[in-house]
Amino acid sequence: MQNLSLSFTINGQVRAIEAEPCSTLLDVIRDQLGLTGTKKGCDTGACGACTVLVEDRRVAACLALAASHDGAAITTIEGIGSLDNLHPLQAAFIRHDALQCGYCTPGQIMSGIALLAEKPKDLAAIREGMSGNLCRCGAHPNIVAALAEVAGL
Amino acid sequence: MSGRGFDYVRAADSADAVVLGAQPGAAFLAGGTDLMQLSKAHVQAPGLMVDISRLPLSMIVAVDSELHLGALARLSDVAAHPDVARHAPLIVAAVASSASGQIRNMATLGGNLLQRTRCVYFRSDDFPCNKRLPGSGCGALDGENRQSALFGASAACVATHPSDLAVALVTLDADVDILGTAGARRVRLADVYRLPGDTPQFDTTLAPDDLVTGVRIGDAARFAPRSTYLKVRDRAAFEFAVVSVAAALRLENGVIVEARLVAGGVAPLPWRLTHSETALIGRRPGASAFAAAGGLAVTDARPLVQNGFKVDLLRRAVIRALETVGGEA
Repeated sequence: MQNLSLSFTINGQVRAIEAEPCSTLLDVIRDQLGLTGTKKGCDTGACGACTVLVEDRRVAACLALAASHDGAAITTIEGIGSLDNLHPLQAAFIRHDALQCGYCTPGQIMSGIALLAEKPKDLAAIREGMSGNLCRCGAHPNIVAALAEVAGL
Repeated sequence: MSGRGFDYVRAADSADAVVLGAQPGAAFLAGGTDLMQLSKAHVQAPGLMVDISRLPLSMIVAVDSELHLGALARLSDVAAHPDVARHAPLIVAAVASSASGQIRNMATLGGNLLQRTRCVYFRSDDFPCNKRLPGSGCGALDGENRQSALFGASAACVATHPSDLAVALVTLDADVDILGTAGARRVRLADVYRLPGDTPQFDTTLAPDDLVTGVRIGDAARFAPRSTYLKVRDRAAFEFAVVSVAAALRLENGVIVEARLVAGGVAPLPWRLTHSETALIGRRPGASAFAAAGGLAVTDARPLVQNGFKVDLLRRAVIRALETVGGEA
């Protein structure tokens, strides 16, 4: 299997890499670009810990073949805020205590940012919209509350 | 890593994809939401991933009364498109009830229709499965068969088809455009699927190098005022159907003149409830007509040890779906 030359615009920065044909976008982001904020949970698209934005749409990076996304603009948790300048949804997660262990949180935040752009009309739409992100600590009610606050619901 | 290693090639155009798809061990990659899972689990081990995701096949457009959906249209785009909502709200309902936001952004129409079964014996290589490994036996037949089929199964396979969208599209008599080695052709979606018989490894009547390019639905709007997708599942979101029912009616002068009832989660393919449909024609919508249709829906059901509850669930789901679409217009 011959390696492929790929390039991505990650959080606004163009990065070129060599990757195996079978590498997932998640493998590339974590292991080759060193952006470990994006987590590997189930690795089968069920848990949402690996959620990133591809061209501003949320996807499960574990099911995305890296080669198929050559040239794409990707946003990870590292690209949406900083300690001094939190994204409004990150600040809302802290206010609402929307996490315990924090492992699922980067995926929850990335999924939540994309869902807010989809303009959920009520709490039921937030719950359905966040159904692709699991939290083993059970912070779901607080996650929904944080999203509802930012959505103005 | 996503599997035991494979080569990757991006198809230049649809004709190129068909040529590449004809190579031994080749598989078409679109959104990848099913194929990547199967590859990681070593259930399907393509030697060559033929990436079709950038082919210009994602258009959604209404041409007069006919709705055209490109095979590479993402599920989220199908569900959000105003022409789909206007002509076929049933499609929007079915897609909206499918998967999660992330998956709907990745998964394509064509990939959704051709996804493999969710039977646990198929998805794990620790157990026998005639669909995954022909001749190894069916683990579900005498094992965990709560989700197995009530109709159309065989001694070799009792798996169900998991697509919500396929149920909606069969309800609307959708056609599929296919490009193959011998050129382009159009077939009814219902004829793309096949029953397992003693060769359950083949889900469809398509050849490996047949490329689904799109779906066409003629005059879907006639059912728009009276159609619904009822999905019964173990949790309220991001879950496959235990039983689902698509119902569509057309009335003239208060009498049912056209009826479609198709069930999901109960057969190896979207299961059309023709006896129920026939019994509704010429009747006025109401409790007695709907009860009769519900009863006829399950007369041919052949439950296994664990899935008997689905028989009454299906009967009730048919009645409830008809109550939803059969009211005052």
